[in-house]
Amino acid sequence: MDKILTTYNGQEFTVGGAILEFSYLLAAILFVYGLKLLSRPETARKGNFWAAAGMVLAMITTLLLHTDAGGNRIGITNAVVIIITVAAGSVLGLVISKRVKMTAMPQLVSFFNATGGLASALVGLLEFSNPHNQSLLVTLLGLIVGSIAFSGSMIAYGKLDGKIGNMGAAYMKYVNFLILAGLTVLTIYILMQPDPHSVGVFVYILFAAALIYGVLFVMPIGGADMPVVISLLNSLTGIAAALAGFIYSNEAMILGGILVGAAGSILTLLMCKAMNRSLLSVIIGGFGGGSSAEGDEGGTIKEISVSDAAILLAYSKKVVVVPGYGLAVAQAQHTVHELEKLLESKGVSVKFGIHPVAGRMPGHLNVLLAEADVSYDKLVEMDEINKEMETTDVVIVVGANDVVNPSANDHPGSPIYGMPIINAEQAKNVIVMKRGMGKGYAGIENPLFFRDNTRMLFGNAKDSIQKLVNEVNTL
Amino acid sequence: MDSVLIYFYTYKEAIFIIVLSIYLGIEVISNVPSVLHTPLMSGANAISGVIIIGGIILVGHSDVTHFSAGLVVGIFAVLFATLNVAGGFAVTDRMLEMFKKKKK
Repeated sequence: MDKILTTYNGQEFTVGGAILEFSYLLAAILFVYGLKLLSRPETARKGNFWAAAGMVLAMITTLLLHTDAGGNRIGITNAVVIIITVAAGSVLGLVISKRVKMTAMPQLVSFFNATGGLASALVGLLEFSNPHNQSLLVTLLGLIVGSIAFSGSMIAYGKLDGKIGNMGAAYMKYVNFLILAGLTVLTIYILMQPDPHSVGVFVYILFAAALIYGVLFVMPIGGADMPVVISLLNSLTGIAAALAGFIYSNEAMILGGILVGAAGSILTLLMCKAMNRSLLSVIIGGFGGGSSAEGDEGGTIKEISVSDAAILLAYSKKVVVVPGYGLAVAQAQHTVHELEKLLESKGVSVKFGIHPVAGRMPGHLNVLLAEADVSYDKLVEMDEINKEMETTDVVIVVGANDVVNPSANDHPGSPIYGMPIINAEQAKNVIVMKRGMGKGYAGIENPLFFRDNTRMLFGNAKDSIQKLVNEVNTL
Repeated sequence: MDSVLIYFYTYKEAIFIIVLSIYLGIEVISNVPSVLHTPLMSGANAISGVIIIGGIILVGHSDVTHFSAGLVVGIFAVLFATLNVAGGFAVTDRMLEMFKKKKK
């Protein structure tokens, strides 16, 4: 037992307890400081380190100093069990994070998010059966949110990994609504019981229903909406952790969880804005359909040969590459960097114009290109690159479609009308690299392909760029 | 109306923490360049592994000398939370390392 410092309102305060609370304050400060540093490229790595340090600190002091209602510290045997588990989890986590290829990053982030959600759900499940638990509402909410984050992230993981396809049906939104209503009713029912602990079986039903809801909620959401969903699920895991924090009145958990929840929500809204869609329409799924922008441009598709493209590029002053998910699929990031270096050596300025929702998670293509050693000051955001479009000689669109579709600007009937795009059409020449004439995620025609200044280079992006590199080399 | 006021008063500390944390989160994250969206999300994701403290408290005060379903669930909670924390921070560091080395 600790030395009792003082007694206040019938509660005893101990030295250990005071140090523990102080360490939580320090951990919370480190989380905020870490996130702050993470939001600037120069300091990001330090930020990640400090946030991790905060976490380790809170874990160690909890293990050493936490006391139960009776004032007992964590026993030696318990501590050993915890340390072995943490060691096993750390080794596993480190191995997974080192082994996974950079192209599989979106899946990995989803997977780790799922494990966090599951941990929250399990803590909620256990805490509900704890007879001393006075905060059953937050316990149940934490269980629900954690479960949804877990199963939703696992489905997102499967989709990003190509293991799960889209399953969209018009009636899905009614099913989802019913489950959500069911979850609410069940939660209220459990809390209304004179002894909520006696209806434990309902809690398992709640757990199962929340898991099913997570699956059904992510199932119909299509590829291009993935950045929105991933940030949303991320924010849910944070909220689940914060809710669990209220069970233990643990400020580090509450603050850490809410920080993540708020950050995830902002990112979610940012992604929605970049697609000009409401969060609701993303969740319900599918583009409006109906009035589709038919290819009324009436123009014809013009192809370009690799050698012509190479000459065009080599004698340009300014080239902008607009990458999309196609680049990630073809894993063309290294080849495109080769092309960039080659052109730069010939005195051509090369930049990358990156749309906020290009790829399958927020900032996806930035990470891929960074992996290929492209300097991050060459990765230019949409608004900045649009200012330079008119003075650009050639825009190379690599595996992107909807994010350069001019219908978004000038075709009010188009489903993507109003979505901010990279104005590739304003450049003097546009080379579009595509595998075929398939449509983008929105399933609509792209008038850019029919413009007079556009040439198509069909084929796998990586092969096409490699051929370009070879050709430019011979010039 | 009275019940709202009473509710606010009873939980004033929690409400203060929630509101200020949300504000802090928004303040800290706004104006992040899109280059950093993925590492930021991944780092934040690792912070949500703070649920591990709950897991440690649970397993720490349960009876480990006897096998019980609750103990197993608790150990799994700690294991999954550790995966989230260790894997999350490690993978973020790996991403940021790539950003770092091209600084000229």
